[in-house]
Amino acid sequence: MSELQRQAMDAATQKLEARGFTWPGIWKEQMSRLGRTIKKHRWLYLMMVPSLIFFVVFMYWPLWNSQIAFKDFKPLLGVEGSPFIGFQHFVAFFKSFYFSQLITNTVIFSLMRLVFGIPLAIILALALYETCFNRFRGFVQTISYMPHFLSWVIMYGVLLVLLSPGSGMVNEAIKASGGEPIAFLTSPDWFRVVVIGSDIWKETGWGTIIYLAALMSLDQSLFEAAAVDGASRLQRIWHISLPGIAGVIVVVTLLRLGTILDGGFQQIFVLYSLPVYSVGDIIDTWVYRQGVLEFQFSLATAVGLFKGVIGLVLVVSANKLAKKLAGSGIY
Amino acid sequence: MNIRLRARDDIIFQILVNGFLLSMLIAVIIPLWRVLMMSITPLNHLDNGTLGLWIAPRDWSIEAYHQLLTHPSFLRAATNSLIIMTSGTTINLLLTVPLAYALSNKRLPGRKLIITFILIPYLFRAGLIPNYLVVQKLGLVDSFLAVILPTGVSVLYTLIMKSYFEGLPEEFKEAARLDGAGEFQVLTRVILPLSKPILLTIGLFYAVSHWNEFFNAILYLHDPKLTPLPVLLRNILLAANINEYVEYNAFSLAPVQAIKAASVFITMLPMVLIYPWMQRHFTKGTLLGGVKE
Repeated sequence: MSELQRQAMDAATQKLEARGFTWPGIWKEQMSRLGRTIKKHRWLYLMMVPSLIFFVVFMYWPLWNSQIAFKDFKPLLGVEGSPFIGFQHFVAFFKSFYFSQLITNTVIFSLMRLVFGIPLAIILALALYETCFNRFRGFVQTISYMPHFLSWVIMYGVLLVLLSPGSGMVNEAIKASGGEPIAFLTSPDWFRVVVIGSDIWKETGWGTIIYLAALMSLDQSLFEAAAVDGASRLQRIWHISLPGIAGVIVVVTLLRLGTILDGGFQQIFVLYSLPVYSVGDIIDTWVYRQGVLEFQFSLATAVGLFKGVIGLVLVVSANKLAKKLAGSGIY
Repeated sequence: MNIRLRARDDIIFQILVNGFLLSMLIAVIIPLWRVLMMSITPLNHLDNGTLGLWIAPRDWSIEAYHQLLTHPSFLRAATNSLIIMTSGTTINLLLTVPLAYALSNKRLPGRKLIITFILIPYLFRAGLIPNYLVVQKLGLVDSFLAVILPTGVSVLYTLIMKSYFEGLPEEFKEAARLDGAGEFQVLTRVILPLSKPILLTIGLFYAVSHWNEFFNAILYLHDPKLTPLPVLLRNILLAANINEYVEYNAFSLAPVQAIKAASVFITMLPMVLIYPWMQRHFTKGTLLGGVKE
C-alpha cells in the first residue's frame, strides 16, 4: 500500500470517527497489520508484477477468448460481440465422423508411447546404474540425452535420411536383400510405427533421468546386506532396485496418463501427410486444420475446450492419485 | 566355491549390462552418423549408385556446407533463429527468476493464492485459436515478439526454480537482510551467485525451445524475411524443387540429398555443441525439484 493511500485511509477513518462512528477494534487492528505486512514485502510483490502481467495477457486472456466456443464467432464482431449459439459446435463435433477417429488415434499414440517407452527407459536406467565403468556410463548418458534437444523438424530430416524410399538407409538395406522399398512416412501401415519408434529413439535417454535419480537415492546398505545373504545381481534388481523406484514409476505413469489427449502435436504435425490422416490425425492437428486453414474458429475452439476440460480432469485426478499412492505429484 | 561362482555371475551380468548400453549407444549414434555422412557425399558417388549401405564415404566433399553457408536466405534464417533465441531466453529469465524468487519466500502473504493463479492456466490450456486471437489483437503478427512473448514464462520451470531457491540456506538471506540489503540486492548478490546450476539448466531449456521454434513461427511469421531456421529447414526437406529456398546450382558438386542432410546437421549443431557442456548439471537433482515437492 502506498503512503498516499494510507494517508487517505487515515483521513477517512478520522472523519468517520469524528462523527461518532467507531471501527470494530479487531478489524482495524487486522487491517493495519495486513497493511504492514504488504508494505514489508512490497519489493517481492513488485518483482512479480511483470510476470503476473504476462499471465493475465497470454494465459488468462486466451481463457476469456475461449467463450467463442459457444458463439458463432465473426472476426468483425469480435469475441464479445459475436452471437451466442450454445453447444452447437460441441454437438456437431461429437456427431461428426471425425470424433471417434481423432480420439482413437490420439489415445493409441499416447498409450503406445507409454507401454513401449517407459519400460525401456527403466531398463536403460537400471543398466546405467549397474555398469561398473563410470566413464562409459557418463558417455552413454551424454549421448542418449542428446536427441531430446533436437526438434521434430530435425528429426524429420533424420527420418528422411533413414527411411526415404529413394536413398534412405533402411530402404537401401531392404533393396540390397531383394525386397521392395517401403514409403514408411506415407504408408498408413507404417506411420504409427514410425511415430512411436522415433519418439522412443528421441526421448528414452532423457526419460531415464528421473529413474536414475531415484536409484541413486536408494540406501546402499540394502544392496550390501542382500549380497551378504547371497542374492544374485538379478535378484537384487528385482527385490531392491525395482521396489525402491516403484513410487517414481507410478508417478511418471499416472502423469503421462493425465496427458493422454496430447498425442504429441509437434511430432505429428511435422511427420504426417494426407495419405496417413486416417491413422495419424490427432485432436490437435485437426484443430489446427479446422481453425487456421479452414477459418472455423469457433468449432476449433470448442474442440480445444473439450480437450482442455477432459485434460484438466485427468491431470488433476492423476496428480491426486500420485500423491496418495507415492506421496508426490507435479504440483 | 560359492564366491567364485558369484564372481563368474558378476562377470556375465556386467557383460550383459554393458552390451545393452553399447547397443543403445550405437542405436542413437547411427542415424546421426548417417546424416553427417550423407551431408558430405559428393555427387559422383550418388551417380555411381554407391550410396548403398556403407558407413563412411570413400570420398567426401564439404560442397553442401559451402553452398548453404554462402546462401543469403540460409544465413538470414540462422540469424533470425539466433535473435529469437537470445532475446527470447533473456526475457524468459528476466520474468521467471524474480517470480520464482518471490514465490520461494514462504512467509510472503498471498503466496498460495499466486501459485494457484499461475497453476490454473497451466492445468487448463485455452488451446490454439484463443491464443492466436490474442497475438493477432496485440498486433504482433509478423514480428519476432509473436514467437517470443507468448512463451514468456513456463510454469513448470518456475516451479522447479522456486523449489531450488527454497533449498538454499535461509541464513544467507537473513544475514544479507540484516546488513540492510533490499530484496533486489538479496536476489542479485546472494541468491543468483548460488544458483548457477539451475540458471544454466533452465536457461538452456528456454534457449533450446526458442532455437527449435517452429509451429508458432508458421502461425505468426509470414514474412519470408523473418523465417527462422527450423521453418526453412522444413521447406528445404519438403521441397520438390529445392531452388525455391536455396538456389541449387546446376553445376553444383553436391547432390540434393547432401544439401538436405547438411541443413539438418547445421540446424542441430548448436544444440550438439552446447548441450554436453551443460549436461553435468542435470542429474544433480536440479530437475527433480518440481516433481519432488
